[in-house]
Amino acid sequence: MASSESRGADALRIVGTPQTKIDAVSKVTGRTLFADDLKLPRMLFAKILRSPHPHARLTRIDVSKALEAPGVKAIITGADLPIPFGILPVSQDEHVLAPDQVRFVGDPVAAVAALTEDQALVATKLIEVDYELLDTIKSINDGLTKTTPLIHDYGDKDNIHKLINLEFGDVEEGFEEADHVREDVFFFEGNTHLPIEQHASLADWGADGKLTLWSSTQTPHYLHRAASKVLELSPAHLRVIACPNGGGFGGKSDPFSHEIAVCKLSMLTGRPVKISLTREEVFYCHRGRHPVLMSFKTGVDKNGRIKGMHLRTALDGGGYGSYGVASTYYTGALQTVTYEMERYKFQGARVFTNKVPCGPKRGHGTVQPRFGQEVQLDKIAVDLKLDPAEMRLQNLVKPDSTTANWLYVSTIGLGQCIEKVVDGSDWKTRYGKLPYGKGLGIACSSYLSGAGLPIYWNKMPHSGVQLKCDRGGGVTVFCGSTDIGQGSDSVLAYIVAEVLGLELVDIRVVTADTDLTPVDLGSYSSRVTLHTGNAAIEASEKIRDMIAQAVGDKLEVPAERIRLADRRAFDVEDPEVGVSFAEAIQITESSVGTVGSLGSYTPPRSPGRYRGAGVGPSAAYSYSAAIAEVDVDPETGFVSVPKIWIGHDIGRSLNPIAVMGQVEGGVYMGLGETLMEEMAYRENRNLMHRIPSMLDYKSPTTHEMSDVVTYLIEDPDPNGPFGAKEAGQGPLLPIMPAVANAVYDAVGVRVDEIPITPEKVLEAIRKKEQGKEGRYGPKEFPDVPWPEPAQVLPPWEGGDGRETDPPARKVK
Amino acid sequence: MLRLPEFEFLEPSSLEEAVKMHESATEEVAYVAGGTDLFPNMKRRHQEPQTVISLGAIEELSTAPEEVEIDRRRFVTIGANVSLTDVSGNQLVQTLCPALAKAAESVSTPALKNMGTIGGNLCLDTRCNYYNQSFEWRRSIDFCMKKDGDICWVAPNSPRCWAVNSSDTAPVMIALGADFVLMGRGGEQIVPAAEFYNDDGIAYLNKGPSDILTQIRVPITPGSGATYLKLRRRGSFDFPVLGVAVWIRWNNKIVDDARIVLGAVASYPRIIPEAATAIIGTDLDDDSIEAAAAAAFRPSKPMDNTDLGLAWRKQMTKVYVRRALHELRAQTD
Repeated sequence: MASSESRGADALRIVGTPQTKIDAVSKVTGRTLFADDLKLPRMLFAKILRSPHPHARLTRIDVSKALEAPGVKAIITGADLPIPFGILPVSQDEHVLAPDQVRFVGDPVAAVAALTEDQALVATKLIEVDYELLDTIKSINDGLTKTTPLIHDYGDKDNIHKLINLEFGDVEEGFEEADHVREDVFFFEGNTHLPIEQHASLADWGADGKLTLWSSTQTPHYLHRAASKVLELSPAHLRVIACPNGGGFGGKSDPFSHEIAVCKLSMLTGRPVKISLTREEVFYCHRGRHPVLMSFKTGVDKNGRIKGMHLRTALDGGGYGSYGVASTYYTGALQTVTYEMERYKFQGARVFTNKVPCGPKRGHGTVQPRFGQEVQLDKIAVDLKLDPAEMRLQNLVKPDSTTANWLYVSTIGLGQCIEKVVDGSDWKTRYGKLPYGKGLGIACSSYLSGAGLPIYWNKMPHSGVQLKCDRGGGVTVFCGSTDIGQGSDSVLAYIVAEVLGLELVDIRVVTADTDLTPVDLGSYSSRVTLHTGNAAIEASEKIRDMIAQAVGDKLEVPAERIRLADRRAFDVEDPEVGVSFAEAIQITESSVGTVGSLGSYTPPRSPGRYRGAGVGPSAAYSYSAAIAEVDVDPETGFVSVPKIWIGHDIGRSLNPIAVMGQVEGGVYMGLGETLMEEMAYRENRNLMHRIPSMLDYKSPTTHEMSDVVTYLIEDPDPNGPFGAKEAGQGPLLPIMPAVANAVYDAVGVRVDEIPITPEKVLEAIRKKEQGKEGRYGPKEFPDVPWPEPAQVLPPWEGGDGRETDPPARKVK
Repeated sequence: MLRLPEFEFLEPSSLEEAVKMHESATEEVAYVAGGTDLFPNMKRRHQEPQTVISLGAIEELSTAPEEVEIDRRRFVTIGANVSLTDVSGNQLVQTLCPALAKAAESVSTPALKNMGTIGGNLCLDTRCNYYNQSFEWRRSIDFCMKKDGDICWVAPNSPRCWAVNSSDTAPVMIALGADFVLMGRGGEQIVPAAEFYNDDGIAYLNKGPSDILTQIRVPITPGSGATYLKLRRRGSFDFPVLGVAVWIRWNNKIVDDARIVLGAVASYPRIIPEAATAIIGTDLDDDSIEAAAAAAFRPSKPMDNTDLGLAWRKQMTKVYVRRALHELRAQTD
């Protein structure tokens, strides 16, 4: 993006200036149409019958009584859609409706379409299903040890879905060189996205033999692929439109049963069919944060420099694969990008259990180990009597460097993030010195600005943007990206208006429609600003250059002197000489024909070449540092968080207000996970989700929300559009460890488990009072049948990014 | 979202008409005031009335709080249909019964307090982790005895239901010694708040099915003080996992009389006389406060029927009783 980079910050009119999101007024006035708002003539309503059992074989299903119920137009079961699907090519393990086995309470079994929602609901209760109950796999330990019954007939071993073993240098050697070695075990309970909008979908089998599906999805392109596969319908005859999402956070990133079920029901009835899930069903869609048990063994020198780290993670995956293989890799991917680490070993295991399937939630897979890593670093700083902020500052990864696991870090603004929050919170005079019950804690993190690889292997661009210029001076942007509230539609408008010298109101944005818009892979992995932004710059600059040539010819001014600004094209050396943007388009169209352009973006190839190297690389990493101030009530164990200071390395904010909104939203969600949110299950009776409602699944209210002081660190990244990196996920990551570390500063106990509930805090305080270790948390990491490790030498040990062949095992 | 079942909606304009409608119903029937308890419950099929009788059009139920003298005693009277917002925001209530204002303010959220009534909160259906779930959820785990089943999942060997009384205002009414006025087929009846509740998760109210709670009478006792402390996960939305209501009558800085009532630890607001005994006759010194806290701790028996763990909730009884008593002592300084 050399040409965008060369444009100095002073010359920018829109980028970097606070702007209203282009859809804000329509949202706050209730005019935005979400999927559940859609209505079509003759529309039917669908309901799904779900399994009441966590694990069972289906022995009989009889829909005959239900078919005779009033208003019922069609019923489908597993036999109607036998082709499996799944978001990852390696985990095609889901069916729209279970053909023979159900794997969690809530697994879809049948779907009914009827004239009214009530009639559909009544009919689901008339469907007769016989189940042969199977034993349940309830926990990580069950998944690792029980060989029967099998939840799936694939996976790395019995009920173990995935096993990973990667060695980047000899960590044992690192521990020997270290002045101090610690081993800590942590647990991070699962939690869910809790978007305000419940999932809804509408399918319409048109008279032209084509199907249209509107859905609250973050990934219309992947849904398009999955639905066309299962429905055996050419993708050319299926149009997927992602409606504006009322929140996603990763929970609308998988193709879901209900989305494909309404397609089939529409094809069978020839009528539009809509489904709107209940909140309880949204809990059963889930695909949220994996429960992760983890062990960190870390050796450091006396300054806290990491000589070696050995991380083991065990993930409770729930009943299906979902993104789980990627999630497992992510639990070990980003440990290396914040602090220099000389050697690194990662072992990860994901097991199937008879619970709601887990998948990606904001920070996908990196949140849980970041908690463990940052809490352990805090313990190390205490052990070494170092200031935890200073210790982190001294050991930062350098810009333009490659980590032990072969991730290339272009820019890192983490040092400035730390300095800002240290100053803002008065850390140096307050940390360790506050009265009992009050504390400060610091933690840092990093996240991807877009995954380096797509979900299915291909060499096509990750994002495409098409521009169409109107003779009246308007520009329409077409892009497959999906606005889930993060502002991706606005980002397209900002960039196109910036490059073409237009106002935001001149730009029309058409997104997330597989018939109309070029492919964008979806709103996940914090990829949209960077990927679509770069594609939009490319497309806009093509238009700019076409205009410059045509208008320059017309005005007899060299093309390189033509500038676009203030809705005009003019001679930069004599600004009076020029034409309006509309005239510029007309001149260009007269000269070269219809004025339009295409831009696309593929992130740079990562240097890692080993198996598993595809998870972790990104065009740019964002960084965050947070300091939390807590009040701990030592009699109840309640933790409140009055204030959080957070610095976020955004590269460059395209819209600082929107970035701050994302940062504050991340803090809010992070606090919820830290203090209360959990996907809790009953194990005594059936394996049931304990609390599938918004009243009982506790998420913070405004009372629990902290004040937030946000510092945006602007250090443009050469790979980002105008230097921008992500803000949607990264700022959530430091919150859990910052609060945990602050609790220690406040009352001297460690809660090595998320969420940090009053019960756990009080138990740790009581233990400490009794002279025992003031800690609440897991004690040990289970035995896992790890495969032989893949050995990859770090760059500084002469590696080339590939596995050494044959494995270079040192003989001890 | 969850769908309401179909039902017939009646809107009588007098108490007599309402009672008559209730008496003449042949199938399941329910009164509704604010609807914030009944309608969500109906969506989850906890109650399945074919007929719902609204009390909303009965004017006398909406009488705002006023100070009146009845039988030479002074009371604050409140119509049962007064919203929780109007109770907590009422100046008379705030001045004369601040503990009630505080309890009403702590219920749920502002939006629900605008709809929910004081009478509704006093008649709140008992709650349980195994009961306040959708029909499908309850079917999956197998129905409990409170609705559609025959077992109590909280205590499977128990012959009774252990659903928990989750009203914030009920413990305060008992602590303050309030009377409830009921209207039923036998005419008007005055019931002390303490006698209105049963220790049973299913038959939790001591009233006839067609009886309507019409008015609350809170006595004004000179020289008394009261408070309500609510324990819950969040500062809004949540039902109590423990409520502590304390009323004290002072005589020259000595506790002359007292009532200590725990909410959300049993199927009824639980009066703890031994805790009151521990402070009566004292000047509420630290030792007597500790004795009262210990006395309240012993009979406090939370079960697996609310948010948060029961062992922790039991421990919190002591902390919260202690805090409530310290607060009242501080008021006298």
